[in-house]
Amino acid sequence: MEFFRIKHDIPFMSYGKITTSISLVTFLFAVFFLATKGLNFGVDFTGGTVIEVHYAHSADLGKVRAQLAETGLPEALVQNFGSSYDVLIQVPFKQNLGGAKLSEHVMESLRKQDTSAEMRRVEFVGPQVGKDLIDNGELALLLVSLGIVGYLWLRFEWKFGLSAIIANLHDVVIILGFFAFFQWEFSLSVLAAVLAVLGYSVNESVVVFDRIRENFRTMRKAEVAEIIDNAITRTMSRTIITHGCTQMMVGAMLFLGGETLHYFAMALTIGILFSIYSSVLVASPLLMMFGVSREDFIKPEKTEAEEVLP
Amino acid sequence: MNQYPLWKYLLIVAVLLAGLIYTLPNFYGESPAVQVSPLRASLKADAALRARVENVLQAAGLVSELVMLDGNSVKARFADTDSQLKAKDVLVAQLGEDYVVALNLLPRSPQWLTGLNALPMYLGLDLRGGVHFLLQVDMNAALSKALEAATGDLRSALREQNVAYSGVSRDGNVVLVRFRDAAARSKGESEIKQRFADFVTNSTEEHGEYNLQITLKPEAQKRIQDSAVQQNLLTLRNRVNELGVAEPVIQQQGADRVVVQLPGVQDTARAKEILGRTATLEVRMVDETHQATPGAAAPFGTEMFKDREGRMLLVKKQVILTGERINDAQPGFDSRSNEAAVHINLDGVGARQFKEATRENVGKRMAIILFEKGKGEIVTAPVIREEIGGGRVQITGSMNTVEAQDTALLLRAGALAAPMEIIEERTVGPSLGAENITRGFNSTKIGFILVAIFMIAYYLMFGTISMLALAANLLLLVALLSMLQATLTLPGMAGIALTLGMAIDANVLINERIREELRNGVSPQAAIHAGYDRAFGTILDSNVTTFIAGIALFMFGSGPVKGFAVVLCLGIVTSMFSAVLISRAIVNLIYGRKARLAKVAIG
Repeated sequence: MEFFRIKHDIPFMSYGKITTSISLVTFLFAVFFLATKGLNFGVDFTGGTVIEVHYAHSADLGKVRAQLAETGLPEALVQNFGSSYDVLIQVPFKQNLGGAKLSEHVMESLRKQDTSAEMRRVEFVGPQVGKDLIDNGELALLLVSLGIVGYLWLRFEWKFGLSAIIANLHDVVIILGFFAFFQWEFSLSVLAAVLAVLGYSVNESVVVFDRIRENFRTMRKAEVAEIIDNAITRTMSRTIITHGCTQMMVGAMLFLGGETLHYFAMALTIGILFSIYSSVLVASPLLMMFGVSREDFIKPEKTEAEEVLP
Repeated sequence: MNQYPLWKYLLIVAVLLAGLIYTLPNFYGESPAVQVSPLRASLKADAALRARVENVLQAAGLVSELVMLDGNSVKARFADTDSQLKAKDVLVAQLGEDYVVALNLLPRSPQWLTGLNALPMYLGLDLRGGVHFLLQVDMNAALSKALEAATGDLRSALREQNVAYSGVSRDGNVVLVRFRDAAARSKGESEIKQRFADFVTNSTEEHGEYNLQITLKPEAQKRIQDSAVQQNLLTLRNRVNELGVAEPVIQQQGADRVVVQLPGVQDTARAKEILGRTATLEVRMVDETHQATPGAAAPFGTEMFKDREGRMLLVKKQVILTGERINDAQPGFDSRSNEAAVHINLDGVGARQFKEATRENVGKRMAIILFEKGKGEIVTAPVIREEIGGGRVQITGSMNTVEAQDTALLLRAGALAAPMEIIEERTVGPSLGAENITRGFNSTKIGFILVAIFMIAYYLMFGTISMLALAANLLLLVALLSMLQATLTLPGMAGIALTLGMAIDANVLINERIREELRNGVSPQAAIHAGYDRAFGTILDSNVTTFIAGIALFMFGSGPVKGFAVVLCLGIVTSMFSAVLISRAIVNLIYGRKARLAKVAIG
């Protein structure tokens, strides 16, 4: 079986203007939503309390809300979680409000109303922890970016490192844009997924770059654009099959992994889809733009002309 | 060209065999067990304790599958939770005073595996259920407390040396000593410098008063804060013991935070109550006019307490001193007799109260009583030999060094060195934990099957080989996680699935490369060789970039994310090994021997 039996190289580079403008528009949309709607940060980052409660029967959210309002928590967010039996209660952090004790009050009051209420999970995060997590997340993002640029610089050339990281940070912004647009909860595990995507989708660029370097050595007469086109066309089959396989795994997580893994898998899915696009159609045009040339790899032989010195 | 030397095959077989052995314990599951560990450092878990546990269980008619000595505890394994719970009750009744009896799970793997140190993966709290707390130690309070104590010491030092001063006061982190004239100040300054190595002095003049500003040296501040965290850790450990948790984790995190993890604990309210409780310490006089008779009511004005050896003592109700007056207690040695001793340092008020009490009671016994859970226990009951002033007290006699350490710890445990606050809590119920395991396992399984079907259909023989390599990858990853006893969390399980999905990339690269070479008219053997050779550089590059992301996540991630990072990094190592070495070995075995290979099944 073979899906991609492409006889001639596809002239990707001549579409360069269209593809880069498409990604520019998506990127701008993502930035726009990030700026206007912002990320819906989970309790990991904002601080507060999350309580997951399981009932033996379908839970009446209205009753739960009323009971919580009676307990003095009218602003608590109550919603179903995964099934109608499970209820997720979110209480934003407020100073002087019991802190870590809050969850006990809530459970006590819910059990009074319905004895089948079972505590499944409690997360309480103080505001100082949330701030640390944001700082650490930013540091991690910076470190990954620098590490990748540094490594690609070492293995290839600075032009490759730079275009790869631009292409992949663009993926990251688009993932964040999706989370902003749909107001999905941005939790610690989503951040982990975003960073994993950053490491993973650079693979794409690396595979294409490897081919470009090889082609510079083997296709002596070809133009730069031809070389890149050939590299992309010949790696396309691998790109799509690999991503398909990874996506099968991630898809299984998305549908079977339960609520906790859902958004983690969602971030990976968006990341995988966009990294196919960006590593091929953003990184390579950027590489052209930075003026990659044969001389970057094949050092011109030094002409050892004799010199006559006065 | 496609043949491996024998040692490579042997290496691969050896690695796979080791992988298999260390993966095995995960299949046996776990049995309910009871764990008995000593409460005090002076008590050891040894063969005698094991025999005792066995006897207690036998007397109660409970059948234990296995009673074994493991580290500093004795563990007994049972067939069902019913007998486990009964056994716990019996053991608490018989041994409860000196030992912690906790419910636990023990791997059911056979003895020879346990002997090889092959254990099942260590599950994180989100998979096994339990509580995770992050506590913040109030460092400023620790400093204030130390400085408050220092003001008392300064006063008595100046008084002893007859230096005229008009006042000592503390304002924030500065202690201000006021003198009437410059001469007294310079005398005081040299005295303070000589006696207290931790202080920085600074002379100022204000409203005709000669002041000396005293602050702590930065290294002294750091030392005080470090020891505050250390003391809090010890205190927490003591308290957690009471909860009867089998494998509690109490660790320092960063400069001023403490992580407490209590697997299996559901009653978070009680856990919080115990962690946040302040035990109190009282010094009272022993009543020696009456005889303590167990069972009988204590005479009027006295109370009966047990000491740590279980003897009863009658103690007067009147309190001489409370634990708040104790600044510090350290184990050490008596300077003359070289006996093990506990050195106690009282604050100013405490020193005065203690001096009066000892003056009036020379020759009598006093008792230091620790109250926890509303129950008092006599830590020590020494005889007062002489009047003790200056706030420095030494307790010696019938103590070994371990007991001295224990006593010092108990004396300090009276109060936390600095207040702590819970700043993070994560509790997972046991049903959710079990569900998380099933979900994580199922999604990995389904994903693996889907990928297998596709790969085999698409690349035929080479797809099958790739999947064998991927299965080996999974085996090695699980073995490595079990071997390192790295904590497996739900994101960690997601990490396993993700690394498997990413590991297939290496094989796709190789297979595509071989196809391409074949298409270019290269002979099958050469195509296989070139495919593996050329793809390797790419595989290395792409794995290194993912590895960088994994390292960064490990460095900056916390809790479950760290688990994900560990799996990601280990998965990259195992996938490099399996995708390149193992799959090549299989290919070589199948095709490598045939000199004239006309066709390979790669689809």
